[in-house]
Amino acid sequence: MNATWSRFNITSIVLGFAFLYLPIVLLIVFSFNESKLVTVWGGFSTKWYVSLFHNQGLMDATWVTARVGVISATVATVLGTLAAITLTRYTRFRGRVLFSGMVFAPLVMPEVITGLSLLLLFVAVGLDRGFLTVTLAHITFTMCFVAVVVQSRLVTFDRSLEEAAMDLGAPPVKTFFQITLPVILPAIISGWMLAFTLSLDDLVIASFTSGPGATTLPMKIYSQVRLGVTPEINAACTILIAVVAVGVIIASIANKRREMQRQLDEQAAQRG
Amino acid sequence: MKSLGSIRRDFAPWNDPNAKPYIQFDKVTKKFGDFTAVNNLSLTIFEREFFALLGASGCGKSTLLRMLAGFEEPSAGRILLDGQDLRGIPPYKRPVNMMFQSYALFPHMTVEKNIAFGLKQEGMPGADIDKRVAEMLKLVKLEQFAKRKPHQLSGGQRQRVALARSVAKRPKVLLLDEPLGALDKKLREETQFELMDLQQELGLTFVVVTHDQEEAMTMADRIAIMDKGEVMQVATPAEIYEAPTSRFVAHFVGNVNMFEGKVAERTASATRITGATGAQIVVDNGSDAAAGSDIIFAIRPEKIKVSSKKPVDAVNALEGEVYDVAYLGDMTVYHIKLDDGQIVRASALNASRVTEDPLTWNDRAWVSFRPDAGVVLTR
Repeated sequence: MNATWSRFNITSIVLGFAFLYLPIVLLIVFSFNESKLVTVWGGFSTKWYVSLFHNQGLMDATWVTARVGVISATVATVLGTLAAITLTRYTRFRGRVLFSGMVFAPLVMPEVITGLSLLLLFVAVGLDRGFLTVTLAHITFTMCFVAVVVQSRLVTFDRSLEEAAMDLGAPPVKTFFQITLPVILPAIISGWMLAFTLSLDDLVIASFTSGPGATTLPMKIYSQVRLGVTPEINAACTILIAVVAVGVIIASIANKRREMQRQLDEQAAQRG
Repeated sequence: MKSLGSIRRDFAPWNDPNAKPYIQFDKVTKKFGDFTAVNNLSLTIFEREFFALLGASGCGKSTLLRMLAGFEEPSAGRILLDGQDLRGIPPYKRPVNMMFQSYALFPHMTVEKNIAFGLKQEGMPGADIDKRVAEMLKLVKLEQFAKRKPHQLSGGQRQRVALARSVAKRPKVLLLDEPLGALDKKLREETQFELMDLQQELGLTFVVVTHDQEEAMTMADRIAIMDKGEVMQVATPAEIYEAPTSRFVAHFVGNVNMFEGKVAERTASATRITGATGAQIVVDNGSDAAAGSDIIFAIRPEKIKVSSKKPVDAVNALEGEVYDVAYLGDMTVYHIKLDDGQIVRASALNASRVTEDPLTWNDRAWVSFRPDAGVVLTR
């Protein structure tokens, strides 16, 4: 491999990253803009961050989003894990192919259709749109993502671990909670985090299924932008980006550390 | 006193008609769909026996072990342990423990916790658990590794943790599925003797599944040779080697020369065989093959003597030519091409450093053997 920096390499990297990050950088820069006009630079200021915390509408929406995210991610993780276990373990029941197809279909289903069909369902059963309906909708569409993540872990799970536990006297339920669950826990946690993130930034499905009093943050931002972008919204987005970025960085550092520790341990074990 | 092989076995309940069987497979059949893994198999194992199931992969030996552990139920037949029918008893209620081929150590638990797992399940008080775990760690010489996780151990150490965990509950029977399969050769040989000592020390019944004949020969009191879901022969290692009852067994364990032929004559003390290519062989170790029947004469390479001149007093002597010689240090292997075209493998222990009668390629040579050196096989 040629490791030198040719002019072509530099150009393509700069262009690529500019394409990816220029909009975000612009957004962050303008969140510190003194001027009320979004496109005109009027000097550095953090006043929009201060006013953000006094904007009751945005704060309410943030709170709704957080609650919807935590509840729907948790329920979706439980349901998705159960689905993944059933689909990997009980390989011989009738209609397994149909079932696995049905669990994973929402992955590729256009969000508009998912949202619309859920809306029709809620109207049909007479459920008032609000916090409950948006949470249910998020459970529905994030569950399949959890199922995919957990299933990929279960495929490589060594069944003899469970057999060993039973052989040593643990009944099936105890075996599941003491052996299976702890071993696949990292996959379940990633599934939860994925579900939470998906719920956090969903706009389309939330717009269909939410009602008055349960406006999520993406909905709030979108509706405010239609009245014109304010630096306040830029500030809110910057905070959101910061939260996500910090989360991702912490997760990958922890992962890397664990991996390195594991390699060191294994080398030490081989030496005796 | 004469006996097969070089070991006198004082522990031989299988020869005692009054001995009570401990594990009994009674006409057991196991089918997976159309595939018959175990076919109408009956087998008896005695208490404190070190029993080996030996066979190639897919012969049904692991299925047999898994049925004993309770992971599979027989399609037909019964399995009895100490007189109790095991049908319908789930694995977590059976008084047997298993050591898995992959060791199946719980990756999220320390060595200590792995060993304590089974004891906790039976509700043993904490202080007793600590005592037993310490005892087990001492038994497998892993005291200083108690707080390590499985991935912090070498292969040999993991194997010993798996062993300690499976004997910690003092099971009636310990099942071992290819216990040494993942170890390198040198470690495997050491561990074979450790396992034998452990079995003596704990006084347990061991049932081990293996595809390695040397492993089975070294460790087991008796071996069951399996093929296609059936038991071909159950006997001590010496009997398996020196008195196989079929071509399959003779072939499966060790090296063997086989002569096809017919029984030419039978007297009270001896059987005279005419080989398919004309060789005349006399056998006096009590074959019951009728005169005129087709048989196979099987003889191990080390029972055959090679010399440059015809031995004076030999009952069985065949002439040929040295086809190949290999000097292996502890022994020399000869391939002698007999005048009738058959190639005979013979091996001689190099008991002294100098040889009186050295041979080389294409020398004329005689192979000779005693009348009791080989066996007559009818199947």
